Amino acid sequence: MKPLEDYLVIDFSQFLSAPSASLRMADMGARVIKIERQGTGDICRHLYTSNVIMNGESSVFHAINRNKESFTADLKNEEDKKLVLELIEKADVVMHNFRPGVMERLGLDYDSLRKINPAIVYGEITGYGNKGPWKDKPGQDLLLQSLSGLTWLSGNEGNGPVPMGLSVVDMLAGAHLLQGILACLYKRGISGEGAMVQVSMLESAFDLQFETITTFYNDGGVVQPRSEKNNAHAYLGAPYGIYQTKDGYLALAMGSVSVLSELLNCNELKDFPDESQYIKRDEIKAVLAAHLKSKNTGDWLAVLEPADIWCAKVLNWKELMNEDGFKVLDMIQEVEMNDGYRYKTTRCPIKIDGQLLKSPKGSPMLGEDNEAVISELINLPARS
Amino acid sequence: MRPLEGLLVLEFCQFLAGPSAGLRLADLGARVIKIERPGKGEAGRKISIKDLFIEDDSLVFHTINRNKESYAANLKDAADLERVKRLIERADIITHNFRPGVMEKIGLDYDSVKRLNPKIIYAIVTGYGGRGPWANKPGQDLLVQSMSGLTWLSGSSNDGPVPFGLAAADIFCGAHLTQGILAALLKRSKTGKSVLVEVSLLESALDIQFEFLTTHLNDGGKLPQRTALKGGAHAYLSAPYGVYQTKDGYLALAMGNLLQLGEALRLDLASGYPDPFMWFDKRDEIISLIQSVIKTETTRKWLSVLEPLNIWCAEVLNYQEITQNEGYKVMGIAQQVELPDGSLLTTTRCPIQINQKKLYSKRPAPKPGVHTALINEEFEL
Repeated sequence: MKPLEDYLVIDFSQFLSAPSASLRMADMGARVIKIERQGTGDICRHLYTSNVIMNGESSVFHAINRNKESFTADLKNEEDKKLVLELIEKADVVMHNFRPGVMERLGLDYDSLRKINPAIVYGEITGYGNKGPWKDKPGQDLLLQSLSGLTWLSGNEGNGPVPMGLSVVDMLAGAHLLQGILACLYKRGISGEGAMVQVSMLESAFDLQFETITTFYNDGGVVQPRSEKNNAHAYLGAPYGIYQTKDGYLALAMGSVSVLSELLNCNELKDFPDESQYIKRDEIKAVLAAHLKSKNTGDWLAVLEPADIWCAKVLNWKELMNEDGFKVLDMIQEVEMNDGYRYKTTRCPIKIDGQLLKSPKGSPMLGEDNEAVISELINLPARS
Repeated sequence: MRPLEGLLVLEFCQFLAGPSAGLRLADLGARVIKIERPGKGEAGRKISIKDLFIEDDSLVFHTINRNKESYAANLKDAADLERVKRLIERADIITHNFRPGVMEKIGLDYDSVKRLNPKIIYAIVTGYGGRGPWANKPGQDLLVQSMSGLTWLSGSSNDGPVPFGLAAADIFCGAHLTQGILAALLKRSKTGKSVLVEVSLLESALDIQFEFLTTHLNDGGKLPQRTALKGGAHAYLSAPYGVYQTKDGYLALAMGNLLQLGEALRLDLASGYPDPFMWFDKRDEIISLIQSVIKTETTRKWLSVLEPLNIWCAEVLNYQEITQNEGYKVMGIAQQVELPDGSLLTTTRCPIQINQKKLYSKRPAPKPGVHTALINEEFEL
């Protein structure tokens, strides 16, 4: 039995943030019905696109929306809205990521919905909260990374802002939304009452940086201090970073420079006591970088790993997927859409009771579940 | 009332991934007790960033472990272990991130704990899934980023690998652990039985790449192509997506209609790049053209041109700038915890709001074992 079996989720959200949460719920056993606009559906089907199109829609849509159903409705049409409200009456969770005010105008805000279903757990993601000067700004990942200070943590000092190359704020906001929803479902099991869960991408972007922001609050308010060379964390000393070797790259995490100088047979490093690892990190990193270029990654690993130094070879996806350490994870699954189109994707990263949470169901074509949803979940008088 | 009130969590986890889950559970209302080595406590107490400490514990430790209690126990001592077992009988959740085999040796592996408490949620964090050739490799964030392919997504193609400048694998793994634990609680409510939850840093680092890995698995196995220029923000998105230097700072431009952007910038992109597919294939050319125009004016000027047209853009801020901004202040993100000596420590709060309430908590991180006597008394251990 999957942990969320028998839960019904009605999902109005688009793009990545909240849909990543409903994907997780689906993989944990919930039934997730996407409510989509007729004609276009989730904008992510077409707009937010890598240049890779699979079965007519963006690869990204297929990654985010597998294992869900699609129900199309015009929420401004009373007939359609009645159907959707019937679904909500039976649902455990409703979620959306519209801008502030949209659900209110549609009559689908929490106060309206709890009247028809007092046990509903209602989750929403905004960009910047429901008040303040930014409430109507687009809640888009790169914009949040840029506003929240995140772009001054990666890359080297002198390189200008370096965004993290995937939608890290979207995904963390989705993870936070899901945490809130699940916690409220747990409480509902005791109290019988629903709840509203709100997450903003801005709060999630700060939570992602909770260690470095707390440091900023307590270090006199210094801007993010990236290292000039081999930066991997603006607030950590040498050797923390990635170094080029003769045939690739080697990652070194935190560790004693004096121990490294012995193991690597690097005399210049002996000039730096361990107490100087933060203050003199650029000098230490320069010495290490020059020294590590002289041998292959494998040669260094053969010395460092037996000595329990925290190090690793830097891999790309091809190299990773050839490693037994990857294969043993059984991380890739193949899913199938209703029209028979099959594609490969990753699985849910959480194991429950020793079981991988895999699911063979691919992403839905727009509106493909309208009939089934109506016949299974809606008991309206016969419609002409 | 907070949603997890009444739940008891025993945290054997160290460092960041597991303890960040413990922090979230605590902020959501659970009672979280760290089980720590007598004297020294968990190893994360000594891991610092920027060499900052508050007395004997690093500032980072305080950040991750506020709102928790600490119980000292030497798990190799029979009397201590017996007390811990009796505490486990009363707990709802235990978490640990020991390497494979450690809890088995102590006798606190899942099967043994299940016998002590048939309703326990038992949650494990590993580096690499606990099996296979990497099972005993150190589960450390930068190493996992490096092995997961994540370092080929940021920066420019001339940079070599560029890691995310914070512990992204740890933080997402902690988030996944929390999700798994909460889902397990729902399962337990139905079955009345214990549940085992397992996550790993590597699987979490792969999960955050799920959009791209899905693309990679279906595009003939191509590797990500970063722009050769500075300011690139996404290997799989077309121009203009990225960060651009202005006369006095930086401006971020997200996805949008390139031709509309060209008009707004008074830059002719329509004749050279009419087809959206060219916006990816000719990305570097287009980014150079846009950059040459953007750098002629201030960030403020561009925002005043682009925002009214609903073009997705933002200024690039650092910590000093964002924390002075009204858009940040109105969210009430900072909170103060009270340290034992009466001084206040500013940190961030839980990012989740429940029934329109922000979840603040003043309780600081505990000193090692500071609650041992009280807990012994309360639970009659």
